[in-house]
Amino acid sequence: MTTSVAAATAPSGKPGRSGKPRAANLLKMLPLSPAIGLMLVFLAGPIIYCIYAAFTNMALTGTGAANVTFVGLDNFRKAFGSSAFSNAIWLTLLFTLLSAIIGQNTLGLGLALLMRRANKLVRNFVGTAVIGAWVLPEVVAAYLLSAFFNDEGTLNVMLHAVGLPGQDWLYAAPIIAVSLANIWRGTAFSMLVYSAALSEIPKEIEESAEMDGAAGSKRLVWVTLPMISRAVLTNLMLITLQTLSVFGLIYAMTRGGPGTKSQTLPLYMYEQAFSFSQIGYGTAIALVMLAIGAVFSLIYLRGLNSEAA
Amino acid sequence: MVTRKRFKAAGALAASALLLAVAACSQGSTTKQPEAGGGQSSGPANIKIAYQQWGPGTTMKNFLAGVKTEYEAANPGSTVEVLPIVASENDYYTKLQLMMRSPNTAPDVVYEDTFLINSDITAGYLRPLDDYLKDWDQWGQFEESAKGAAKALDGKTYGVPDGTDTRALWYNKQIFAKAGLPADWQPKTWDDVLSAARTIKEKVPGVIPFNMYSGKPMGEASAMQGFEMLLYGTKDSLYNSDQQKWVVGSQGFKDSLNFVKTVFSEGIGPTPKQALDPNMGSKVGTELIPEGKLGIALDGSWIYGNWQKTGAKPWPQWTEVMGQTAMPSQDGGGKGKVSLSGGWTWAIPAKSKNPDAAWNLIKTLQAPKNAAKYATDGAQIAVRKDVAADEGYKSSAKSTQFFTDLVSVTVYRPAYAEYPKVSNEIITAMEAVMTGQSTVDEAAKNYDEAVESIVGKDKTTSGQ
Repeated sequence: MTTSVAAATAPSGKPGRSGKPRAANLLKMLPLSPAIGLMLVFLAGPIIYCIYAAFTNMALTGTGAANVTFVGLDNFRKAFGSSAFSNAIWLTLLFTLLSAIIGQNTLGLGLALLMRRANKLVRNFVGTAVIGAWVLPEVVAAYLLSAFFNDEGTLNVMLHAVGLPGQDWLYAAPIIAVSLANIWRGTAFSMLVYSAALSEIPKEIEESAEMDGAAGSKRLVWVTLPMISRAVLTNLMLITLQTLSVFGLIYAMTRGGPGTKSQTLPLYMYEQAFSFSQIGYGTAIALVMLAIGAVFSLIYLRGLNSEAA
Repeated sequence: MVTRKRFKAAGALAASALLLAVAACSQGSTTKQPEAGGGQSSGPANIKIAYQQWGPGTTMKNFLAGVKTEYEAANPGSTVEVLPIVASENDYYTKLQLMMRSPNTAPDVVYEDTFLINSDITAGYLRPLDDYLKDWDQWGQFEESAKGAAKALDGKTYGVPDGTDTRALWYNKQIFAKAGLPADWQPKTWDDVLSAARTIKEKVPGVIPFNMYSGKPMGEASAMQGFEMLLYGTKDSLYNSDQQKWVVGSQGFKDSLNFVKTVFSEGIGPTPKQALDPNMGSKVGTELIPEGKLGIALDGSWIYGNWQKTGAKPWPQWTEVMGQTAMPSQDGGGKGKVSLSGGWTWAIPAKSKNPDAAWNLIKTLQAPKNAAKYATDGAQIAVRKDVAADEGYKSSAKSTQFFTDLVSVTVYRPAYAEYPKVSNEIITAMEAVMTGQSTVDEAAKNYDEAVESIVGKDKTTSGQ
């Protein structure tokens, strides 16, 4: 799914300019119509239903199950007045910042840069290891990582072996543990995007930069990064949106706990909607998530557009 | 250029909508999956019966297998499809509710906890049974209080109870002997309980001194067996039945939270991490107590069901090792003892396609022989006069008399339609306190606000 989205949103860099008449455009749309129809039914349909549900008292049990009534903005008022909700927003932003924007992004870029210089054996080995984490099903990855971060898990065993004190990561620092888990799992995506982008940089430019005396970090900041800035923005947008909606990994590792210390918005939404049966309130939270995602994408799109201009 | 920009914006929005919508809306369908397994049979009397199967206990499974054989033999051509719903406490109710929403998936007979039944009745999920009950000769055998367990505000009855329960302290006499505590232990106040636990912690290392269920993973068991066993021993309660209002801001609520905090912060309970394991309930019954790793357990009358020959962890020595004593009130006031009662009922969903056959199955479930069998094997407190008088039931367990006597002090939950939501706020407050995330005052304040938003401010009153 993600790759197709990537293909759809990452512009190829060669804008196809067209001034063809309308009818031809419509005709071109025809082969797409089954896909559009399916999208409308299975994608737009549930979203519209979510929007409707967010303004009702829909529930799985009690009055809200028998008579669904319109409650206006009550669900949103309740959310913004609730400390559990602001806690979830804060944790979601922290999780996204730590694991996607800082972790996956820089680590992915770093790996991509290093791998250009590595020999084939190292490149193959690192590539397989990193992509292995990406290929693993989410639940399997979550299980492995909770074994890793567990009180008697691999991480603590390693720390003890070198004489450092361990701690129960999933209990004492759950948001850090799930962020690290998400970095481990998601870095491959950024690495692949950056590897592709870096391979597009013509050799001559780098060589001439070197001739002009730009070496090491200078060349990275002034030559390489500007050359791949579009890939950086596209990658940031995709991983941000993915990370905002991470559910399975956190649920399998901590269930959002202990207390609410790793309860990001998707987990809070799940708890309210499906553990506490308040579908209306849960969908209202889903809409807030949608809005946060939209804000992030607009910011990145601005960046992309000013690049293009 | 403008169109291209617009296209890209639309694309990005669609992408974000796609990714988020997957998270937002698809969780429902994953939760719903188990119901797809309930195949549609063309026979008019294919009856589906749903119950919760969690942990190693198999009493209900075996009991239903017997009833299935009996029913199918008595009604040739009919089939009974047993649907075990494998889920922890809160997930079970969610799955059941999702199944009952559609005629395609609604089971014909469901096992409903009395604390939830009013909420599900209000939701329109269940069918009134009065027309069936009035012609049923066995209904007269039920105690009046039990008949009321599944009676809704509309005066109709929606479920047939199969037992009730009471709650008290179980303590391990061997551990008590090592700690120098009396074999005939009779705590009079909360402090007596805490000081016994502190003594165990000091003198018998390697043992969890005291367990009470707490936090969200244990669901209603935390709220009722843990918290309300404390709260109803204070001067306050959850619900003021004279004013018909929910109590907020009471000192008793804070004192109870403080007890929870003491247990977990002093380390005289399990670690919060152990307590937040969704399997804690079956762990206590099948591992911690039989293996002698738990000193005092605030638990239910039914827990010895695990240790019977038919149970998950046969342990015949329990009659010698385990003592029972009533949970005291906060300072010995009131009746001095506290117990809460709940219980489960068999009900028929409104969307069942075979209500008449379903009723016949309930009658088979509650045939005198079967009712006595389940009350005995399932370690229930009898709700039927004939079962209570049954010799097999009376001699089934050493603790039966003790727990039956607690019926005189027991309290029922205010199981109104809002109760499940209030209960969720209780366990949220408990978890916040036990993990040290909130202070007692903060957690109590959050609870008050949540209850006000659930029932409406005009339906709340302050404590005494």
